[in-house]
Amino acid sequence: MLTVAVVRFPGSNCDVDALRAVERVGVMAQFVWHRDTSLHGADIVILPGGFSYGDYLRSGAIARFSPVMQAVQRHAADGGPVLGICNGFQILCEAHLLPGALLRNAGLAFVSKPVDVVVERTATAFTSVFEPGVRLRLPVAHGDGRFVAAEDTLRMLEAEGRVVLRYVPATEESPLQPNPNGSANHIAGISNATGTVVGLMPHPERVADPLLGVPDGLGFFTSLAAWRPPVSTLSTPNP
Amino acid sequence: MSYRVQVRVMPRGGLLDPQGQAVEHALSALGFPDASAVRVGRAIELEVAAESRREAEARVRQMCDKLLANPVTEDYLLEVGES
Repeated sequence: MLTVAVVRFPGSNCDVDALRAVERVGVMAQFVWHRDTSLHGADIVILPGGFSYGDYLRSGAIARFSPVMQAVQRHAADGGPVLGICNGFQILCEAHLLPGALLRNAGLAFVSKPVDVVVERTATAFTSVFEPGVRLRLPVAHGDGRFVAAEDTLRMLEAEGRVVLRYVPATEESPLQPNPNGSANHIAGISNATGTVVGLMPHPERVADPLLGVPDGLGFFTSLAAWRPPVSTLSTPNP
Repeated sequence: MSYRVQVRVMPRGGLLDPQGQAVEHALSALGFPDASAVRVGRAIELEVAAESRREAEARVRQMCDKLLANPVTEDYLLEVGES
């Protein structure tokens, strides 16, 4: 049976929402503290949103060196899925598990509102249930969400189809809307080459409950629930 | 020996620096329209124990590459003095 570790850093604040979204799709989830050196056997890791370590120095820069991140690095290197949401995405970039960086929003203001995004890459552990090109309305809530990367990195991400979510293209009337932060190529989420590590600025866990309206974020969690480890990496056979 | 090192971390040239732009607008509004090309970075001071000035600089460069600056978006300058 799959289990998910939701990592809690000092300053995480979307950890409970993430845990509940996972439980909603029938998968076991547990919190893992940032000082833990192990993921307690979890198959999938979520780095939730928030302001880990007060965003000191740069968003995600200190969290990257917390003890649990050593375990997350090993987990990712072994092909284990990792989903970073918002601050989690910033941590994944700082940890070099994903390329690029997330800088202060182009408009400087903290942006908290729903935005429209298109799901592009569906060959990931967290978007497999979506049809490519489907449009979702997901909330964003961030001050440092402007994705930047070197020109050749951006070309590589596009050429390899590693853009997972893209803000719906801007119009002439509102050059920064709905791209809420000035991200390069309107990028809202990317993945590693194999699709196991995914970073998203929008918050699917906040719209994963039908009680709160159209649950556009639920698919990320039903995808996660459908993920199975490749047989070759199973180290302990089930009894 | 202990060396006092000043690290200046700046957003890489060519990258949009919205904080610098906002400060420039504010300066202009306050009667300083002559200020231009404002960029906002970060200064970090630290003391480092090392055998020589060169060693101190090499150590702080490692610190910058690992943590103090983000190699994707920032450049840094060091100034090493005796403490």
